[in-house]
Amino acid sequence: MEAHAEQAHHHHHHHEHVDVNPAAWTDGKRYAWLLGIIVPLSPFLAWFWVSVTGFGALWYLGPLLVFGLFPLLDMAIGLDPTNPPDSVLRFLEQDRYYRWCTYVFIPIQYAGLVFACWMWASGDLTLLENIGLALTMAVVGGIAINTAHELGHKRASSEKWLSRIALAQTGYGHFFIEHNRGHHVKVATPEDPASSRLGEGFWAFLPRTVIGSLRSAWGIETTRLDRLGKSHWGIHNDILSAWAMTVVLFAGLAVVFGPVVLPYLLVQAVIGFSLLEVVNYLEHYGLRRQKREDGRYERCMPEHSWNSNNVASNVLLYHLQRHSDHHANPTRRYQALRHVDEAPQLPTGYAGMIVLAWFPPLWRRVMDPRLLGHYEGDVTRANIQPRKLGRVLERYGRPAV
Amino acid sequence: MSIWRCPSCGYVFDEAVGHPREGFPAGTTWAEVPDEWPCPDCGVRDKVDFEPVSADA
Repeated sequence: MEAHAEQAHHHHHHHEHVDVNPAAWTDGKRYAWLLGIIVPLSPFLAWFWVSVTGFGALWYLGPLLVFGLFPLLDMAIGLDPTNPPDSVLRFLEQDRYYRWCTYVFIPIQYAGLVFACWMWASGDLTLLENIGLALTMAVVGGIAINTAHELGHKRASSEKWLSRIALAQTGYGHFFIEHNRGHHVKVATPEDPASSRLGEGFWAFLPRTVIGSLRSAWGIETTRLDRLGKSHWGIHNDILSAWAMTVVLFAGLAVVFGPVVLPYLLVQAVIGFSLLEVVNYLEHYGLRRQKREDGRYERCMPEHSWNSNNVASNVLLYHLQRHSDHHANPTRRYQALRHVDEAPQLPTGYAGMIVLAWFPPLWRRVMDPRLLGHYEGDVTRANIQPRKLGRVLERYGRPAV
Repeated sequence: MSIWRCPSCGYVFDEAVGHPREGFPAGTTWAEVPDEWPCPDCGVRDKVDFEPVSADA
């Protein structure tokens, strides 16, 4: 009886497989993912274009690309809401080509960092050009946190290691603990340092998320160490060992190229992780999970993340903008993330929204009405900055007409 | 020895194996795992959301 049922199941399973031929479906973005390496290549591209044109401002190529060209590309290319059919998701995830697109980022990232140190130490650049190169490296470091994010969610320890290496440039090694075990658990609640609130401008959010995420990461890691009966301050502490990689990296570069590189390394690290935090700022702005009767929060649903289907930013950031599906299925690989209809949509891609977030009055004007629309005019459902509660209620508290 | 599965990502906690890195050595009973422990793979669901897996499956 049981054997028969199993045979029947196998038979049925076989049929399920043949009516979906993965080879018949082609991924329109397959080769576009290679464009992701344009960011780690940017210090070399900057050098090339400065050499060709003699125009020193091109050392600022990293910010020019990500905050200038990509917002324009988003507007020019527009949206792509198409999803791979459910039947090819597994096939798509197993295809190792997509993994290599992310792995290859990391050697180029560090080749660029060594190249930048060499340029800073050479004395060939003016101060403004050196700063431009530091900003380009900050963009590489910030986007590298996105690559680390993709790898850090995977089960394979090799990929978790690559994630930690990618984070060393910005000294943000605690991110892979806090993000996976803190942010994903508390997302879109007032308790999450990395979920921004209605009425909270980016410049107020930045110190709160940097300090709060660090505290939260330390709490998560020391709880784990306590269970293991190990010291908080030893080599088993994953936060300390990740930071040690940064110390060794920066010290090594200072020994090879001279201490002149240290101020630039510090500047690119701080601006680099601030870039990650501005992306955090726009991913969950004002969205809030409601508390259930038993005191726990409702599950994270598609409506708790801002999404965007802008092609250029999606290719640049490995589908990070399909953020609702990422929070529903954090271990799912980027190429298989899906657009979700129920998710609130940003007016443009992350690249443009980053620039908008730097100007809080403009951000409020664009995003607050969208957030209010999402909650059908009921501002009390939003995640509101406590300090601004009175002002927010005064401004938005009346029911929508 | 019982086995519990995360309903979100399929991660399996087997009491016979535990999760040594998380501080739950092999043989840790499910009851000893704190309620607020989130799934170590996805972080989407907590211990209390996990579903039992029948041992002979």
